[in-house]
Amino acid sequence: MNPILLAIVIVTVIGLIGAVILVAASIFMYVPVDERVEKITAVLAGANCGACGCAGCADYAKSIVEEGNAVNKCTPGGAKTAAAIAEIMGVEAGSSESMKAVVACSGTCEKTSKRFEFEGIQTCQSVKGLYGGDGMCKYGCLGYGDCTRACPFDAIHLVDGIAKVDREKCVGCGACAAACPNSIISIVPEHKRKPVVLCQNKDKGGDTRKACTAGCIGCMKCTKVCHFDAITVENNLARIDQEKCKGCQLCVKECPVGVIHVPANE
Amino acid sequence: MAVKLASIFFTMILVDNYVLAKFLGICPFLGVSKKLDSAVGMSLAVTFVMVMATAATWPIYMGILEPNGLGYLQTIVFILIIAILVQLLENFLKKFIPALYKALGVYLPLITTNCTILGVTILNIDNGYNFVESIVCAAGAGIGFLVAMVLFSGVRRRVEQAIVPECFKGLPITLVAAAMTSLSFMGFGGIVSAIFGV
Repeated sequence: MNPILLAIVIVTVIGLIGAVILVAASIFMYVPVDERVEKITAVLAGANCGACGCAGCADYAKSIVEEGNAVNKCTPGGAKTAAAIAEIMGVEAGSSESMKAVVACSGTCEKTSKRFEFEGIQTCQSVKGLYGGDGMCKYGCLGYGDCTRACPFDAIHLVDGIAKVDREKCVGCGACAAACPNSIISIVPEHKRKPVVLCQNKDKGGDTRKACTAGCIGCMKCTKVCHFDAITVENNLARIDQEKCKGCQLCVKECPVGVIHVPANE
Repeated sequence: MAVKLASIFFTMILVDNYVLAKFLGICPFLGVSKKLDSAVGMSLAVTFVMVMATAATWPIYMGILEPNGLGYLQTIVFILIIAILVQLLENFLKKFIPALYKALGVYLPLITTNCTILGVTILNIDNGYNFVESIVCAAGAGIGFLVAMVLFSGVRRRVEQAIVPECFKGLPITLVAAAMTSLSFMGFGGIVSAIFGV
């Protein structure tokens, strides 16, 4: 047989056999995929941020359809996405609060200072490893921007030595909260009136005062002024229960160091 | 026999490491070695496909191509077979072993066009190995790939934390680090043949 012909025939036959096997395999080993999964993946935000607790948008879509996961967990998509998914699944959307990151530190450059000059690798993670950070306050924002680098939405930046959240861009995915070695960033439901204590300092009042003029000194004035028992002071640090808070903002006016703020209005 | 197989196996891991001595599969070596767990996932998938591909290509070469004097077609035929095999494997895993399918995930289709797989199958033929030796050689090559990936992901983590001159940042310093890792593997030259006396 002509060697050229033989080569062509053999390669063609191998290719054909392979094609037949693959076609047979795709019929025989067909895995049914629920078309709703694809539809939901299409309406999700597509940021793959992981705020819903799944490995990515496709994974979340799958868990909604197969495991009955809630439809309102996509924070970047917000209420609109929740409604769209609810329509595909034929269920009620439920309430989808807008969640935003809040940086619990008010120690700007003029309020606090540094204990030493740090010349190592310029990340929060590494400065934290050296005597707990270079700031006077060991609890506050380290100011080396690990959160900025972690943010997939370009929504958090260093302003005046501390991290500041761009409330327009923030979608509440929590990437910054996970990156912060001091754990001062939390994801809080956005509310126009409810205030938050922007400090994490758990030292006694005097020590706090020495480290930072904007720190919570645990004076209990806010707990006394609150009519709804929403504020507790634990470890010399005030904390506002967002469930109990009615948003009267009496504590904001009462705080002697001005550390209670409404993040939504900043 | 056992000594020869062991010699082949360890030679593939240490002396003739596909990545660090033969410089095949550099793309996944640089691309997927950023994180340890993805490096391990990729290497396991590569090992798996290498063994399967060798098991499929060796009989086809010896049974069909060689008797007909068509040895020169091995490259194109092997690529065809590897592509079919990987696709088949993906379907199979999806249906019967979803856990493994999920673990290998995106790496499986990526390997279809990986040159290490083709390299292993072709070099097995070139070295004149029989079927069992070829399988052992493929397994060794896969484990060697795993070793290289795991070592290099550690190296990379250190490199990422180091202060690197601006012009070397990113890929250049990674290549320099890869070259040094490869140099260190040259120290294994001749060690396996000395141990097993083959």
